[in-house]
Amino acid sequence: MTLNLPTLWHDALEKVKTWARVNSPWLIHYNSGSCNGCDIEILATLTPRYDAERFGVKLQGSPRHADVLICTGPVTLQSKERLRRIYEQMPEPKFVVAVGSCAISGGVFDGCYNVVGHIDELLPVDMYIPGCPPRPEAILDGLVKLLRSLQDGQIERLETRPLAT
Amino acid sequence: MHTNEHTAQIEKFIIPIGPQHPALKEPGHFEFTVDGEIVTHASVRLGYAHRGIEKGVESRNWTQNLYLLERVCGICSHVHATAYCLGVEKLAGVEAPPRAQAIRELVAELERIHSHYLWLGVTAHEAGFDTLFMYTWRDRETVMDILEAISGNRVHYSANILGGVKFDLGEKEAQTIRQGLSFLEERTHHYLEVVSQDALFLQRTRGIGVMTLAQAETIGVIGPTARASGLARDVRLDDPYAAYDRFPVPIILDDRGDLSARVVVRLKELLASIETIRHILDDLPPGELTVRVPRKIKPGEAISRVEAPRGELFYFIKSNGSEMPERIHIRTPTLCNMASVLTLAVGHHLADMPMLLAGIDPCFSCNDRGIVVQYGGDDHDHWTWERLRQFGIDHYKQLESGVF
Repeated sequence: MTLNLPTLWHDALEKVKTWARVNSPWLIHYNSGSCNGCDIEILATLTPRYDAERFGVKLQGSPRHADVLICTGPVTLQSKERLRRIYEQMPEPKFVVAVGSCAISGGVFDGCYNVVGHIDELLPVDMYIPGCPPRPEAILDGLVKLLRSLQDGQIERLETRPLAT
Repeated sequence: MHTNEHTAQIEKFIIPIGPQHPALKEPGHFEFTVDGEIVTHASVRLGYAHRGIEKGVESRNWTQNLYLLERVCGICSHVHATAYCLGVEKLAGVEAPPRAQAIRELVAELERIHSHYLWLGVTAHEAGFDTLFMYTWRDRETVMDILEAISGNRVHYSANILGGVKFDLGEKEAQTIRQGLSFLEERTHHYLEVVSQDALFLQRTRGIGVMTLAQAETIGVIGPTARASGLARDVRLDDPYAAYDRFPVPIILDDRGDLSARVVVRLKELLASIETIRHILDDLPPGELTVRVPRKIKPGEAISRVEAPRGELFYFIKSNGSEMPERIHIRTPTLCNMASVLTLAVGHHLADMPMLLAGIDPCFSCNDRGIVVQYGGDDHDHWTWERLRQFGIDHYKQLESGVF
């Protein structure tokens, strides 16, 4: 915090901020070369059967409004720079969720010539959700666990983590 | 000449959209040149999801490729696997048993239902009709449940194996499918009513993006997009594969050619698919599920065509007699239909662009491919793994140093 306020006031403010963040995480989704399987499951998570909006989760169009970046798919050469740019446009604090086997390890596309790697070679990932594709319940579970660790202060602040080059 | 071009460029106002954009869930970059609100030119840049699958299959064996090719597209994974299996079976000189072929058709039609429902939701979302989006996706879960009940997975069902299918359908599964289908049929009739009566939806679709029969033939569109312009093109009828000769599907045509026609054609196709699945369940041929396919496939070339939810899907498979294919070429429907979006965009409002694009049901992970075109001469150009990778790196370095 840059504001010069008494510690008590500062702590109260932090609490309010965490409360707000935990209760309304806005997502942005980027497909960096996925097969769509994970993307449609993410979308299914937001629709009535699974209803992620119960947790205040909302899909956003602009990276500048988002708190959580949901990545699917391996990173292809062409989308590498775009993914990094979207991440850099997001305001702090920001969190990255890697959804699906490809996002975690390259999955079935590991070794294809245009695939440069997986998400955590490029961005610091906070939550991995495995599966090909993961079920909507798994995605919800991952999101809720991310929010819980955010509430408990388990996730380190991003300023301390360097971006991979 | 140069100065003229320069002046023209200053007057142009280009709106770039993508690759990350709220409209679709897949990466694609579009540039619309506008004059006020009216689009005067449109161009597209694809390839964000190009992974190099066609080259990748050359380093995996015939069975492993089945799983790689299923992941060309997460929405129509079954048709990719079917096209591949049919081609390889043709090369190996075997034919899957009738029961397996019928199950292949049944899963393909279930997949069409899930894909068309998904598409209806996305289109409703583009039209600003989020209520319809939420309702269709709620109902879509019914078909996902059916697919999960029979195959064990929601998205990549892996129904196919070389020489047959992996699972059988019992009485219990048939009952589950029938129950789900009667619910879906009722809902589809309701949606058909909504899309042809709701004033808001009609304003966004009626008379927008009209493609005449002649235009459709010239541009070469396929699938429901072509059928909405009255062009009778359906591989299931033109060249029946799997069990489509035994359980034929009626062709759905509409001669209006606008977005509204595309919605109606797809919804009527849902009803046709539901009816076909019922026929298959009533008359499922008895017998084995698989035949033996050798580990090494005889040398030769084969093509196979299937009708994906978006149109014709084409596979070319070449074997050199080893455990791995020598070459597989995939031609997916979205790229064929993409030209129609760019042509029809001219003269429309910018606000219609997401609807026009959604109208062809684009699937970017299918269509991002690389092609080397060689004019004249018959000397064979050999692209090795290293050369292809180096070409990719150089190409993107060049692009990164440019505007993007």
